[in-house]
Amino acid sequence: MESTTAHAEHHDSGKKLIYKVTIILTILTLIELAFGFWMISIHNQLARHFIKGIIVILMIAKAYYIVAFFMHLKHEFNNFVWTILVPLTLFIWFIISFLADGDSVKNLRNKYDRYFESQSHIKIEKNEGKPNDTAPKH
Amino acid sequence: MSAISIKKTNKWDGGHSPFNLEYGKVMMWYFLMSDAFTFGAFLISYGTIRFSSVGWPDPNHVFKTYPFAPENVNAPLVFVSIMTFILIISSVTMVLAVQAGHNNDKKGVIKNLILTIIGGLAFLSCQAWEWTHLHHEGAWWGSNPFLNADGTASTTNFTNYFFTITGFHGFHVFSGVIINIVMLIMTCKDVFVRRGHYLMIEKAGLYWHFVDLVWVFVFTCFYLI
Repeated sequence: MESTTAHAEHHDSGKKLIYKVTIILTILTLIELAFGFWMISIHNQLARHFIKGIIVILMIAKAYYIVAFFMHLKHEFNNFVWTILVPLTLFIWFIISFLADGDSVKNLRNKYDRYFESQSHIKIEKNEGKPNDTAPKH
Repeated sequence: MSAISIKKTNKWDGGHSPFNLEYGKVMMWYFLMSDAFTFGAFLISYGTIRFSSVGWPDPNHVFKTYPFAPENVNAPLVFVSIMTFILIISSVTMVLAVQAGHNNDKKGVIKNLILTIIGGLAFLSCQAWEWTHLHHEGAWWGSNPFLNADGTASTTNFTNYFFTITGFHGFHVFSGVIINIVMLIMTCKDVFVRRGHYLMIEKAGLYWHFVDLVWVFVFTCFYLI
């Protein structure tokens, strides 16, 4: 008898946790979207980068809630969790080095490739809402 | 016999599973880890190209409409937020299906699996509409009608990465829907009742949550920043 009531209680708290995580994910997404909308009216590059950083942090928070609670990883044995998470730490090096490499390529081309540098400043007349001439004709 | 089991307290001394997980679930996790590296490589490649470009199209300009919208509507982020919420909700119904499986509640599993499949199909329909719409505007692999945000000429990198990565994610959603349909048929045929457990639903659930997880990253990288 005792075990069945404990089971039912566990069931109930599990459902509560699911709804709690759902609400957290919804709120995080809404905050992300709010920042996204806000960013449309901001033209200061530094402020935009700052907001993008906040959005990335919110994204990682969402990933944490999905993996920890929906995928139940928080409640697995620690030694199993480490076998998943330790290989994924490669991403830290992966992201930093590749993005830095991309940035360095841009700087080198701007410095030494005059054609690239000049091309990136020529503005093209906008024709609102219509594809421009480079688009294929249908 | 009892003397042996009392002495063995270390997880790695043998005699029992150190992870306390069944084989299939462990392997699903390692598959998902490798899949995370595939998506990670795609997204980091996208980031590298974006960091090496001087200009990039403005996502708020590219993704600004929704189905049945009036001509020249300017509604950035609206349609993609609907897609995001569809995927989050379908992830929730999948957790509920897994939990119903824990309680051997066949009806609950069937109900929540059907809801998850509907969510997956709704997401795929949204993506199909978006791809069709962008294709009509002239965007496809190798052709990019959108100018950079600062009005300079853009390259085809933007559309190439967009269609490749959202396409690869959409393919995952599609296979997730197929897996869920197979799970639904197996549940209806009482396969899991005969087995005595619904652990298979958990593995399908892990895959489905991974699809949702990847969308969190794709959504942020392409639509928000």
